[in-house]
Amino acid sequence: MQLETHINGRTLTLDFPNGEFLYETLRRYGYLSVKQGCDIGSCGLCTVWLDNTPVLSCGILTARIGGKEITTIEALQDEAHSFAEFMVAEGAEQCGFCSPGFTMTVLAMKRELNQPSEEEINHYLAGNLCRCSGYKGQMRAIKKFMGVM
Amino acid sequence: MLQMDNFLYASDLSEAYDTLLSVPGSVVLGGCGYLRLGARSISTAIDLSRLDLDFVREIEGAVEIGAMTTLRTLETDLLSSSLAGGVLQTAVKNIVGVQLRNCVTIGGTVAGRYPFSDPITALMALDTQLMFYKNGLVSLEQYLAGKDYKDILEKIIIPKDARRAAFTCIRKAKTDFAVLNVAVSKKEDAYRIIVGSRPGRAINASTAAEFLTQNGLDDVTAREAGRLAAESLRFGDNPRGSGLYRKAVCPVLIERALKEVIEVMHAA
Repeated sequence: MQLETHINGRTLTLDFPNGEFLYETLRRYGYLSVKQGCDIGSCGLCTVWLDNTPVLSCGILTARIGGKEITTIEALQDEAHSFAEFMVAEGAEQCGFCSPGFTMTVLAMKRELNQPSEEEINHYLAGNLCRCSGYKGQMRAIKKFMGVM
Repeated sequence: MLQMDNFLYASDLSEAYDTLLSVPGSVVLGGCGYLRLGARSISTAIDLSRLDLDFVREIEGAVEIGAMTTLRTLETDLLSSSLAGGVLQTAVKNIVGVQLRNCVTIGGTVAGRYPFSDPITALMALDTQLMFYKNGLVSLEQYLAGKDYKDILEKIIIPKDARRAAFTCIRKAKTDFAVLNVAVSKKEDAYRIIVGSRPGRAINASTAAEFLTQNGLDDVTAREAGRLAAESLRFGDNPRGSGLYRKAVCPVLIERALKEVIEVMHAA
């Protein structure tokens, strides 16, 4: 199957098997920041944006993204770098495997929520399971990044 | 990857319905949250996403929600999230994470008749009706109790009335499926006490609800209604919990939910 879509601002014609899910297609086309963790839609590692909304790319059929805008962390390098600096400053940087998915959710939250409480931050990020460097340090970094400290 | 022979962007409900009936092994796509978990083979996947079924709108005496509306929209939309004191929002907000709720649709959830579903339990308490392309208007309760049939769910319709309602559940982990979920509602002297994830489909504990209609709602009758419901319903085992455990927590959840309704009544 073929369809035209937009990835990180570029218009592309994708060629893929009918039943392929988006994370598989993205990786085949070189967007290697997108990774698969749990394979059951629970861990948040494969998060990308679909029309600026965070979604699980392991649960989106590529066949359904015709004409839509897909954003991966490759297109958000400056913001991602900025967030990473906050994480490093709090000693909360992670091993990096699941960081792209986590960062994509944090950046979406920054666009969607204004002055969120700690409870609202936890709620928004509940779909990203990994906190391998520690909950406290990450929360400090996220709150500072969100400007709510 | 799924084995999928054909993919159809339906141009209207008629095409979707005709394809569903005429092509063996065809499947209507919802949000695909659970589709990929089974290694299934699909002859034709029918996609409704271009049929403008993503909406929440008020009509006379009710709120209509399109089948392709996501659970995240139900959580954040001002109209759906404020229905009956926000019971629908409470029922969906802890389903995995924002990203999954941005994918999963209410149509897929309801049409799939998932026994573990939180929103189905809440929608039952609100006397929700379903609008199918061919079968027309069917109550959610009737749909859950009957046999599955091939049709296209177009929208759900929730009465907008002075009903008080509450939802609660118990989970092993915050983003896990509920071991048991409960939704209750009170509309004048009529009550609904819905218990889901038993692990069977959500069901109305009518004996307990009738007891409240006859005796009124207070702290004492709330406890008794919970006991009656637990006695009258059947509970089973699955990896999340035993039937015995479910039977034990059922009255507690019902009492908690009813006490929420009492609090709202007192505050009003």
